Amino acid sequence: MPVRVQTEDFDVGAEIARLRQGNPKVGAVASFVGIVRDLNDGDEVATLTLEHYPGMTEKSLEDIVSRAKQRWDIYDVLVVHRVGTLKPLDQIVLVVVTSAHRGESFKACEFLMDYLKTRAPFWKKEITPEGSRWVEARSSDDAAADRWS
Amino acid sequence: MKPDETQTATVRLLYFARLREALGREAEELVLPEGVATVGQLADFLRQRGDAWATELAAGRAVRVAVNQDMADSGTVIRGGEEIAFFPPVTGG
Repeated sequence: MPVRVQTEDFDVGAEIARLRQGNPKVGAVASFVGIVRDLNDGDEVATLTLEHYPGMTEKSLEDIVSRAKQRWDIYDVLVVHRVGTLKPLDQIVLVVVTSAHRGESFKACEFLMDYLKTRAPFWKKEITPEGSRWVEARSSDDAAADRWS
Repeated sequence: MKPDETQTATVRLLYFARLREALGREAEELVLPEGVATVGQLADFLRQRGDAWATELAAGRAVRVAVNQDMADSGTVIRGGEEIAFFPPVTGG
């Protein structure tokens, strides 16, 4: 499965090793890891809870992966996204792309993250010392995704 | 209780994140009211429930809708039997 939604943490090295295992055509692996920060919009973040839409989440991520594969000459893609309660320093999301040459996997990896941020149905709720709040979508994320259209 | 779709057209509504909390529910079955044939008309119907429904689904609010797990817009047709989700703009990653 190129797409996983899970509460557990992931091991980046093990995931990369598994994705490229036994494929001697792979000359490049690009990866992105998203991590929970301790500050957002000027407030301390104690914990972060990620909610998602089971079913649509997987469907939308698979759609994003197939768009990337149509657009660039890449071999394999892995997307792992965590849900549930996370805290600063925790890993949230992993995208790995393999290809023959670096240009394709760099571009596809960035595209996958930009599309994931604006299309996959996840929502973050932050718990700060002042209480909890739903994170607002950023127009800069929309602008980043629009670059690819 | 499974409604007979040959007699009444029902839809399953889902609410996520801020909408789920503000509306006080995560899901409901709804018999499609007369005159509701699009997502926009469904939103109009739900707004008439008043209170949080009127404010959360107000015209200016950023609300996204998915029909059968595909992004939809106000013109998307509803015939009955669909899963229709209302949620705020996404913030994953």
